[in-house]
Amino acid sequence: MMRLEKRPSPSRLWTAATPVLAVVVTMVAGGILFATLGKDPVAAIRLIFWDPLFSEQYASYSRPQLLVKSGPLILIAVGLSFGFRANVWNIGAEGQYIIGALCGTAVALAFYPAPGWYIFPLMVIAGAFGGWAWAMIPAILKTRFRTNEILVSLLLVYVAEKLLAAMALGAMRNPDGGGFPGSRNISRYEPAANTELIANTGLHWGVVTAFIAVIFAYVMLHKHMLGFHVRLAGQAPRAARFAGVRPGALVVFCLGLSGALSGLAGMFEAAGPAGRISIDFAAGYGFTAIIVAFLGRLHPIGILLAGLLMGLTYIGGEIAQLTLGLPAAAIQVFQGMLLFFLLALDLLSNYRVRPGRREMT
Amino acid sequence: MKHARLLTGALMALALAAPAAAQDDPVKVGFIYVGPVGDFGWTHEHDLARQAVEEEYGDAVETSFVESVPEGPDAERVMTQMALSGTDLIFATSFGYGPAVNNVAERFPDVAFEHATGYQQDHPNVSLYNARFYQGRAVIGHIAGHMTETSTIGYIASFPIPEVIRGINAAFIHAREVNPDVEFRIVWAYSWFDPAQEASAAEALIEQGADILMQHTDSTAPMSIAEDRGLYAFGQASNMIDFGPNAQLTAIIDNWAPYYIERVGEVMDGTWEAGNVWTGIGDGTVAFADFSDAIPEEVRESAAALRDRIAAGDYHPFTGPINRRDGSEWLAEGEVATDEALLAMDFYVEGITSELPE
Repeated sequence: MMRLEKRPSPSRLWTAATPVLAVVVTMVAGGILFATLGKDPVAAIRLIFWDPLFSEQYASYSRPQLLVKSGPLILIAVGLSFGFRANVWNIGAEGQYIIGALCGTAVALAFYPAPGWYIFPLMVIAGAFGGWAWAMIPAILKTRFRTNEILVSLLLVYVAEKLLAAMALGAMRNPDGGGFPGSRNISRYEPAANTELIANTGLHWGVVTAFIAVIFAYVMLHKHMLGFHVRLAGQAPRAARFAGVRPGALVVFCLGLSGALSGLAGMFEAAGPAGRISIDFAAGYGFTAIIVAFLGRLHPIGILLAGLLMGLTYIGGEIAQLTLGLPAAAIQVFQGMLLFFLLALDLLSNYRVRPGRREMT
Repeated sequence: MKHARLLTGALMALALAAPAAAQDDPVKVGFIYVGPVGDFGWTHEHDLARQAVEEEYGDAVETSFVESVPEGPDAERVMTQMALSGTDLIFATSFGYGPAVNNVAERFPDVAFEHATGYQQDHPNVSLYNARFYQGRAVIGHIAGHMTETSTIGYIASFPIPEVIRGINAAFIHAREVNPDVEFRIVWAYSWFDPAQEASAAEALIEQGADILMQHTDSTAPMSIAEDRGLYAFGQASNMIDFGPNAQLTAIIDNWAPYYIERVGEVMDGTWEAGNVWTGIGDGTVAFADFSDAIPEEVRESAAALRDRIAAGDYHPFTGPINRRDGSEWLAEGEVATDEALLAMDFYVEGITSELPE
C-alpha cells in the first residue's frame, strides 16, 4: 500500500519538475485521446509540438506567430500572478483587456489622420490607464465595501463586452465601412500602428512589453520589498500585517497592476495583430492568461515558458485540425488536460508518497 | 567523370520536371468555420456542403477544415497555415473573416479565396458569395403572421449588420401583411453561436408574450426551448426538426453544396475567377424544410405560393410602399429595392417598435 505524507515544506525539486511531468503526461493522455478518435497519436503530438517550431512548411510563419499569440498571454499572466500570490483574485482581465483596447483605439481615432510621433506613446498610456481604471472598480468596491473581487471583476467582463459592441457599432464605427460594424484599421494608420519591429519575427511592442514585464516582475518579486509583501500577504496574512503590509493598499496595487498590463495587452493587440476594434475583438486572452499564470507557477520565468507553451498548443492545434482533421474540441480537451495534470501533480510537491499503511495513532 | 556529371544533370532535370508531371495531385480545399461543425445550424450546413464536394470529386479533391475560429487575428493565422500547407482554394464562411481573408489573399496571390456574406474584395483572388436569406425570411414571416395567437413574435438576432437587419425587416413586412397587429420583440445576442445566451434570450422573449420564435443565431437552443414550452419556432440555416419535432414550423436551409461543387470544379479546370454572387430560392441556395402539419392547409398553400413567386422572380420581398421606422419614405409604390440598398441596410422598416442598437 501507498500512503501520502505531507512534506514540511514543498519540495523544490518537484515544484520545478511537475510542470515538465505534466506536459509529458498530457502528451500521453492526449495521444490516447487522439488514438481513440482514430488519428495517429504520434503524428498529432508531433504536429502540435514540433511542426510549428521546426517543420520547413510551417515554421517560418508559425514561429513568429507564436510570439504574437503568446505575447498578450504572458503580459496579462504576469500581472495576474502578483494578485494571485497575494490572494487577490482578478478574474476579469478579459474586461480590462477590452477597455485598454478601446481607450488605445479611441486615442488613435481621435488623431486620425494626423501624423505625429507622440500618438503611439499616448495610446500606450491610454491603454494602460483604461485597464487600470477598469480594475479599480473591483479594487475600490473591495476595499470600501468588502465586495468579492472575483465576482465583481468577472461580471465587469460582460459589461466591457457590451461596451465593446456599442463602440464597434456606434462611436468608433468606421465611417468609410459601408455601415458595417468595426473601427477603422488603425494598424494601417502609420502613427498608431503597432508594427513588427523586425520583419518576420512577430516581435511587436506588445511582445517586447511582455518580456520587460517578465524581467520587471522577477526583480520585483525577488529583490524588492513590495514583492516580499505580496508574497508574505499570500502565505501568511497575519504575519504580513505585523510586517506593516496594508491589505487595502495591496489590493489596489495588485488589481491596478494586472489591470494596467491587461489594458496594455489589449491596446497592443488592437493596434497590431487585430488592427481594429470589432464586436468580437475579445478572443479570450484574459481567461486563458489565468491558466498560463498557474501553469507558470505564478513565477515570471515560468509564466514566460507557460505562455509560449500555451501559444504553441493553439498554433499546433490548428495545424493538427487542418492536416489530420482533429476536431477543435479535442484540442480544447488537450489544453484542459495540461492544467488538470499540473494541478493534480501538485500533490507531489506538497506530499511525499511513502510505501506502507497509514499509521494508527 | 564528365559522363557521371552529365548523368546527374539529367537526373536532376528529371527530378525538377517531376512536379509538373504530377497534375493528378488532388486539389486541396480548406474551410474555416466560425462555429463547431456540430452546431446543427450555419456551420453544419457549410460542412455538409464540404462533404458534398468530397463525394462529388472523390480522390481528385482533398478537403480540410478548422472549426470554431474566432474572427480576427486567429482567422488570419489559420488561413495562412492553410495556404502554407498547399491549399488551392479556401472558403471563409463567416462575415467577420473579411479583413483576414483580404490580408492573406494579398500574400498568397495563387490561392483562391471565397468569402461568405462579406463585402471586402481588395484583391483579384478574393471572391464573394452570399445567399438571399431575406427571401426565406419573407416566407417564414408570412407563416408566423398567420400562426401567432398573441400577435407577438420573438426574434433572436446576432449582430446588427445589414444581413441580419434585412432578415428582420423581410420577416416583419410579411408578417404584418397578413396580420396588422403583429409586433416583433428583438433580442441581440452579439454572438453567432452561444447556446446558453440564445436560450436565455428565447426565455426572455417568451416572458414578453412571444408565441413564435425566429432566430438569426446558429444553435438549436431556441428550438429546444420552443419545443419544451409547446410553442412554435423556425429552424435557422439547417433543418432543426430533430430538436423541435412539434415546434418547427419550417426551417430556412442554406444549401451551399451546388456553389461549392461548381467553384471547386473551376479550380480544377483552372477557370476559377473571382466573382460576387448573391443567389436565392430560385437558385436552390435558400431552401425550406417541410412545412409542418401544424400549419393550416391554406397557409401552407399561400406560403408555398409566395415562395414560388419569389423563386420565379415575379415578386421581390422588398417592394414599395415601404417606409423607414421614422416614417420617412424608403420605397415608393411599386418600387423594388436595389441590391446596393439591401446590402447597406441599416434601418428598421416602419412598424418595428424597438430601436436598432447603435
